[in-house]
Amino acid sequence: MSTQTMTERAIPRTSPIERVRWAIHDGLVLTRRNLLRYVRIPTLLVFSTIQPVMFVLLFRYVFGGSIANLPTGAHSYVNYLIPGIFVQTAIFGATQTGVGLAEDLNVGIIDRFKSLPTARSAVLAGRTTADLFRNLFVVLLMTAVGYLVGFRFQDGPVKAVLAIGLAVLVGFAFSWISAAIGLAIKNVESVQAASFIWIFPLTFASSVFVPVEGFPSWLQVWGRNNPVSIWANTLRGFTLGNEYLRAIGESIGGLVIKSGVWIAVILAIFVPLSIRTYRRT
Amino acid sequence: MPEQPIIAAEGLRKSFGEVHALKGVDLEVLPGTVLGLLGPNGAGKTTAVRILTTLLSPDGGHARVAGFDVVRDAEALRHQIGLAGQAAAIDGNLTGFENLEMVGRLYHLSPAEAERRAEEVLERFGLSDAANRTARTYSGGMRRRLDLGASLVGRPRVLFLDEPTTGLDPRSRLGLWDLIRELVNDGTTLLLTTQYLEEADVLADRIAVIDLGTVIAEGTADELKTQIGGEVLELRLADRARVPEAAGAVLGLVPGGGKVDNNTAEIMLPVRGDGPALLTEAVRRLDAAGIALSDIALRRPTLDDVFLQLTGHEAEAGDADASPPGRASRRRRRRAGAGAQT
Repeated sequence: MSTQTMTERAIPRTSPIERVRWAIHDGLVLTRRNLLRYVRIPTLLVFSTIQPVMFVLLFRYVFGGSIANLPTGAHSYVNYLIPGIFVQTAIFGATQTGVGLAEDLNVGIIDRFKSLPTARSAVLAGRTTADLFRNLFVVLLMTAVGYLVGFRFQDGPVKAVLAIGLAVLVGFAFSWISAAIGLAIKNVESVQAASFIWIFPLTFASSVFVPVEGFPSWLQVWGRNNPVSIWANTLRGFTLGNEYLRAIGESIGGLVIKSGVWIAVILAIFVPLSIRTYRRT
Repeated sequence: MPEQPIIAAEGLRKSFGEVHALKGVDLEVLPGTVLGLLGPNGAGKTTAVRILTTLLSPDGGHARVAGFDVVRDAEALRHQIGLAGQAAAIDGNLTGFENLEMVGRLYHLSPAEAERRAEEVLERFGLSDAANRTARTYSGGMRRRLDLGASLVGRPRVLFLDEPTTGLDPRSRLGLWDLIRELVNDGTTLLLTTQYLEEADVLADRIAVIDLGTVIAEGTADELKTQIGGEVLELRLADRARVPEAAGAVLGLVPGGGKVDNNTAEIMLPVRGDGPALLTEAVRRLDAAGIALSDIALRRPTLDDVFLQLTGHEAEAGDADASPPGRASRRRRRRAGAGAQT
């Protein structure tokens, strides 16, 4: 058909600044939508906090007494454990990003969002941002639970904030991995199952719960270089202070850089991958 | 100058791996009219709608909606359209009001305008009383109404409804039909997909019949009915045992004879020429033979007949439970049985 038979309309061109402004606006509208879910179903939040609390209690009271070889400067097992729990909780919590997206795909609401003049990035940004807030809440709760069972920040409030901030950032990076998985698999139960296949070895074969020195030597190689260990040790650097850092032979600056590079690498791979998968679904 | 179409698709093709969902679909819809895209499951209706609403890029062909190319001008086009898909795409955790307000914000209305629009739509769709309840507590019909409402928040020039009444109970279906008719009276252009012939007949100005990825017929309901011929005289006997005798008496009235169904005791004669005269003559002959009738009707062919004729299969194969209630569908099922018999 020739274009003359059609009504030509002026196509509004928006400036790049305008586009960014709307992208942020749309992302926030959807962040609010995703957070309202926890307001409407508070039990969801309750149940998502029971598991990390159980992990704290399990390791603090069941396994904790038998864990030896703690580096000097760890003060006590609970002080070694809680920073690890922050990282583990944030990573486990991030699996909800993929589950949430798969749910949205299945009820058809993603089709609606896509048919609206809404920024293409908004659905993913809104979901990962909402999950960031959710993770922040859970980490703060873990701090409270930690304080009840003997954990203390040893190195002042600024380092405490940095520790919590890093844990939440790790969760944010994993939200994007989870988003890519959720969009690719699309089935809620499968997404849940698929996430734990790789998350369990990643978090348990690390220094999250125990020092890697107790691992068999072949596993130590993995355990030391596992980014989860690096994040856990960076958090401990913040919560335990210099004595611990000296004992493991690291500097806080070096650990922060390594942690940041790992987070950047994950985001650099999985943000574009998620967006591409999203466009295709 | 003739009016220009507001939806114009030419040669749309789309494949998913080996499945050729669309094999060159042409569609034209004039502003303010309703096109019913009619076809069975898997015909390609949803794929066509997804392409026209920018959710999917076509492999071939092109389409313009409201003056915008669905691929090149996708972003601008989204301001002009509303879509309600097969599933009620609403968030069960938000209230009815919050759902609509969110959609308004995503259309980039101002916060005040989004709120006002949400209230208006709720009012219009009879959901004001339920505005502050979470949508998860809504009945199926209410959810559909809210979903339809969400597609209207942005005051779209062109509305796409993909099987809007699938899975609804009869009462909700009729209610939704009324709402859709009102929208169309306001001048919204509508493309509606449906598996229900009755629905297309009631709502659409023009109907495109789609099957296996191609449009196999297009026209008004009347044109489609005329296309397969004129009226049919239906005679149902009170006594099944006398069918052969009755057939002998009346089949000679029409050159080429008619269709006899022993199971339902029905004789159907195609009318060529004067229907009432044929009816009178048939009744006279049966009366003379002392054969009683339980029903007699001179009817135009239904869209079911059209669909069966065009595609060679029933419109709702294997989906009888979801078929709409009422006389038409009872007749369709009865006739489906008859078709198998003869």
